[in-house]
Amino acid sequence: MIEVFHLVPALLIGALAVYTTVARDTFAATVGFIAYGLMLTVAWVQLHGVDVALTESAIGGGLTGLLLVRASAKLRASEAAARAERPRASTRLAAAILAAAVSAGLAIAVLALPDPAPTLAPEVLANIGPTGVGNPITAVLMAFRATDTLLESIVLLLALVGVWSLAPDRVWGGRPGPRYNADPDGILAFIARVLPPIGIIVGIYIFWVGADDPGGKFQGATIVAAMWLLVLMAGLTDAPPISRRLLRAGLVAGPVAFIAIGFAGVATAGAFLAYPDGWSKPLILVVEFALMPSLALTLGLIMAGAPERTEAASPREAAP
Amino acid sequence: MNAATVFGLLATALVGVGLYGFIVNPQPLRKILAFNVIGSGVFLLFGAIARRGAALGLSGDPVPQALLITGIVVAFSATALAVTVLLRLFDETGSTTLSSGPAPSASDPDPAKARE
Repeated sequence: MIEVFHLVPALLIGALAVYTTVARDTFAATVGFIAYGLMLTVAWVQLHGVDVALTESAIGGGLTGLLLVRASAKLRASEAAARAERPRASTRLAAAILAAAVSAGLAIAVLALPDPAPTLAPEVLANIGPTGVGNPITAVLMAFRATDTLLESIVLLLALVGVWSLAPDRVWGGRPGPRYNADPDGILAFIARVLPPIGIIVGIYIFWVGADDPGGKFQGATIVAAMWLLVLMAGLTDAPPISRRLLRAGLVAGPVAFIAIGFAGVATAGAFLAYPDGWSKPLILVVEFALMPSLALTLGLIMAGAPERTEAASPREAAP
Repeated sequence: MNAATVFGLLATALVGVGLYGFIVNPQPLRKILAFNVIGSGVFLLFGAIARRGAALGLSGDPVPQALLITGIVVAFSATALAVTVLLRLFDETGSTTLSSGPAPSASDPDPAKARE
């Protein structure tokens, strides 16, 4: 009976993956990808990876899906020309054989995994006490492998720099994305007024419980960023110009605090990113509190895209 | 079959489906999408391995689970950058073709270019 709850989501996920691959229309494929990301969340819950499930639904399905859907809508005009480039049947057959071979090889590896499986769970549990956090995944992210988390926040920042650097010279320093004009009395503007207070609380809650339960700063920051995007898309506010110094300071504040605490560890605990005895929990909290707003801002601005308008944005047009 | 085996095998299928889409679909956006399907397959496979590492009351090995969270965020960063490059290419040239010839031809599908 239990297997039904594994097999049904697995079949659905597989079918959605095939759909996003073979659908003729790219827009349809990207919408399929959002459904695929949400179904994957079910798989993660079945694998008891609730922290990963939250990340997958928020970032893997939500933000990535939104990014792809928006791009496919903009690129609609290029669809017809691209279809003419579809490879010949022989190429497709060769690709299918290659893909099947890769899948089969991986499947053999999955079925031949060692038993009992190697695990670092005992080491994590043996050392989690001094970190002061209750969620072992947070302990790994913030204490045992804090370098990963530091580099991850910097990768996000670099991605944002990359996105910004793709702006044409004449709008450099301007505002990202189009100025959205939604009907001020429409359902989108209504939801953009009602949902953010709730969403911000949920985001901060998920951030806060991450110390002891599934959740964390990336998942929480994504929800807060999504609320900001909702307000932007409803036309209730405008994206800030990227040349604003305060904005840039906010973006780097989290990683800078993380690096500073990392170097403080060299002096006080003998290694980069080491925490002195008894100071783990407070220092982890400082890093988390510094990172969360920077992450929300970075994620929101990555989604907003490259600057498209000069700073003096045109006044809002009357909604039709 | 337990959850780790079922979703481990699903993950291998996802990698295959994504790889096929990556090679066959000519639109760069579809290649980015397929890259994400391959990525989610790799993540799911790693997640199945993490689940097998359950011990001492933990529901999975927390080290791979933490690495997965990092991986998903990094994959998002790469996707965002790739999509923005593509949109700029479209703004500049009015086309998104990866074909090097003057006319679109079916003989030169080079998936490697999508990654550059």
